[in-house]
Amino acid sequence: MQAEAALGRIGLWFLLLLGSIGVMLGAKDTPFAIQAGMIAALALVMVFMTASRFDPAGKARGFFHMPEGQSRYDDDPVRWATIATVFWGMAGFLAGLVIALQLAFPAYLNFEPYLNFGRLRPLHTSAVIFAFGGNALIATSFFVVQRTCRVRLAFPALARFVFWGYQLFIVLAASGYLLGITQSREYAEPEWYVDLWLTVVWVSYLAVFVATLLRRHEPHIYVANWFYLAFIVTVAMLHLVNNMAVPVSFLGSRSYSLFGGVQDALTQWWYGHNAVGFFLTAGFLAMMYYFVPKQAERPVYSYRLSIIHFWSLIFLYIWAGPHHLLYTALPDWAQTLGMVFSIMLWMPSWGGMINGLMTLNGAWDKVRTDPIIRMMVMALAFYGMSTFEGPMLSIKFFNSLSHYTDWTIGHVHSGALGWNGMITFACLYYLTPRLWKRSRMYSLRMINWHFWLASLGIVFYAGSMWVAGLTQGLMWREYGADGYLVNSFADTVAAIRPMYLMRAFGGTLYLAGAVVMTFNFIQTLRGKLREEAPMTETPYDPVADRPLTAVPAA
Amino acid sequence: MSTPDVELTVKGHKRLERNITLLGLFTLLAVSVGGIVEIAPLFWIDNTIEKVDGMRPYTPLELAGRDIYIREGCYTCHSQMIRPFRDEVERYGHYSLAAESMYDHPFQWGSKRTGPDLARVGLRYSDAWHVQHLTDPRSVVPESVMPTYKFLADTDLHLADPAANLIAMKDVGVPYTKADIDRAAADLAAQANPDADAGDLQKRYPKSQIRDFDGQPQRLTEMDALVAYLQMLGTLVDVNSAAAQEKLATEKGR
Repeated sequence: MQAEAALGRIGLWFLLLLGSIGVMLGAKDTPFAIQAGMIAALALVMVFMTASRFDPAGKARGFFHMPEGQSRYDDDPVRWATIATVFWGMAGFLAGLVIALQLAFPAYLNFEPYLNFGRLRPLHTSAVIFAFGGNALIATSFFVVQRTCRVRLAFPALARFVFWGYQLFIVLAASGYLLGITQSREYAEPEWYVDLWLTVVWVSYLAVFVATLLRRHEPHIYVANWFYLAFIVTVAMLHLVNNMAVPVSFLGSRSYSLFGGVQDALTQWWYGHNAVGFFLTAGFLAMMYYFVPKQAERPVYSYRLSIIHFWSLIFLYIWAGPHHLLYTALPDWAQTLGMVFSIMLWMPSWGGMINGLMTLNGAWDKVRTDPIIRMMVMALAFYGMSTFEGPMLSIKFFNSLSHYTDWTIGHVHSGALGWNGMITFACLYYLTPRLWKRSRMYSLRMINWHFWLASLGIVFYAGSMWVAGLTQGLMWREYGADGYLVNSFADTVAAIRPMYLMRAFGGTLYLAGAVVMTFNFIQTLRGKLREEAPMTETPYDPVADRPLTAVPAA
Repeated sequence: MSTPDVELTVKGHKRLERNITLLGLFTLLAVSVGGIVEIAPLFWIDNTIEKVDGMRPYTPLELAGRDIYIREGCYTCHSQMIRPFRDEVERYGHYSLAAESMYDHPFQWGSKRTGPDLARVGLRYSDAWHVQHLTDPRSVVPESVMPTYKFLADTDLHLADPAANLIAMKDVGVPYTKADIDRAAADLAAQANPDADAGDLQKRYPKSQIRDFDGQPQRLTEMDALVAYLQMLGTLVDVNSAAAQEKLATEKGR
């Protein structure tokens, strides 16, 4: 029986191999042929892996020191996604540092055509948002939904397909950018066939998640799962609508989007803004709602607030897209709606931040003693800051100055590095010892180093980009007494070069923090414990610790 | 999961918290409203795109250039959307009209100006300047942070089937005629070769520019296509013509 099943699987992989070789030979453009070749190579590897006795999955599990035997919960996909989060995080941060340096040293670091800034930039954004963030979301959602439902994952095979299918999506998207395959839709650059693949993966993800909830042994659905559900459902909707396109050929990579001009612009930014709103906010708030109470060992501050927070956040976020198109050819009424809803969005955002921070009531001392809690608090603080800055930049008055400048880049990174990065690191530090059954992380002090390196990095990054954005925005609109523009565009580029260097320095610090984390992670997997002084000392003063004796009279 | 008695006591929001179907439905409802209210009307409200004279679909060569512009990620650093401010209008030209991007699938408005806006860059510089600038940006603008694109001049323009691109564009609503599609391959070659017979290219595509763009008359390269695209940006609509101004002034409802 087993041999027959294996033979059947080999047959399927072999069919895929033949199919992709056929596509490769018939391809209309070279990049598409290369991507088909990648699928063929994958199928070939799978044929061999299925045919031989060699058990690569088992070998890999050994390599990553995964615990033997069945866990009580189905944690295998969670472990894989955790490893992927660390790996793609490093790749994405490194790509970010490279493109930051490309802007500072353009003549030396651009290697045409494959490694020019224009092709690497989507690689960086996709790597950090979808590869690093996406794997963190898969890992935590699979972990949380099992614990809060008190049940194992439904459809374990499909859950594994979600993980591996998602990695294939990442590899196809990333290699495509370098080959010049892009739709030019920011954060939705992959072309039509990769979009179709992601749709299959995403529907499977929804199926696993919802079916697990349906089988739950707890009557109540915990609030973190509401946010995960909203994230999965809304991203599906955004992905389908924004990627509607007509391929030039079913054997070629290029497609033309169904909408054009104004309609296309608003559809894209409706998507783009809500990729932030649902991928990077709702999903990560779900992480906050589970891991902050767990780490603090306190219940969520307010149950009512979480209900208000959830519905107002998901309802209002969708409207805010047009603030990316203020003063453009988009009709005024849509711009104004976008601006007004963006300002309203400030409130639910801060409601969520307050709910997270107040959960620490009675456990605030842990900010001093527990570096993971410290990271969570920092993440929430940055969430609060960037969700204040966002509504502010959505006001037309501010936007007229900030739009098209590096202020936007600074804003995005205070959210991405501060909120998404920090909360993900905190969750990784929470998950790793539990998933690998270790008593603690290899080193708590290294978590502390990571915290400070990352925090300092963000300060340099966000600070330099604010200055760069304001400088350039003000220089563009500067008029002399003679009534002429004072600065040429090139002048404004030269003026912000020092800020580009500062930004790259901030990025280096942030990457250094991630390197420390990766080392800590690997050592924890290997079962090592670092001998180190504890994070807090027992306060003791032997001089004071004595009974008061009366001084004898002379 | 729970006995019927318990279910009876569960009211209001608590019902959503116990029913994944209801929770999912209400979630979908909540996240649909904004998009429907904001995006859908753009397809039927008349004044979203005010018609202007001069707009036409891209020639096959311009479209090929546009695809290269997209492929190289030019949109990551260059906008094509001039906002109605004094400094932008003086720096880049008349503010962008919605109609000027009506045949743009996808749009290229951009979101960041690491380099200047390109909405009206057409015919502002010579072809030779563009070729030199793309080959080595810092040789003409010392402060530039742009990557080099030397390879474009060395790469022959290769399209599997130029007509297929036009057909796909027609499928998404761009009004290419049968003649446009039939002659796509010929148009592509003829626009970059002043010695070839362009036929009625300029009649079908008014204001199209026919010449060798990359300084290598014997070759049709990707540089030809990209420069042809850059040189037509913002040149189709005569925004400053008396007729256009008059039309704006007498427009209804403003």
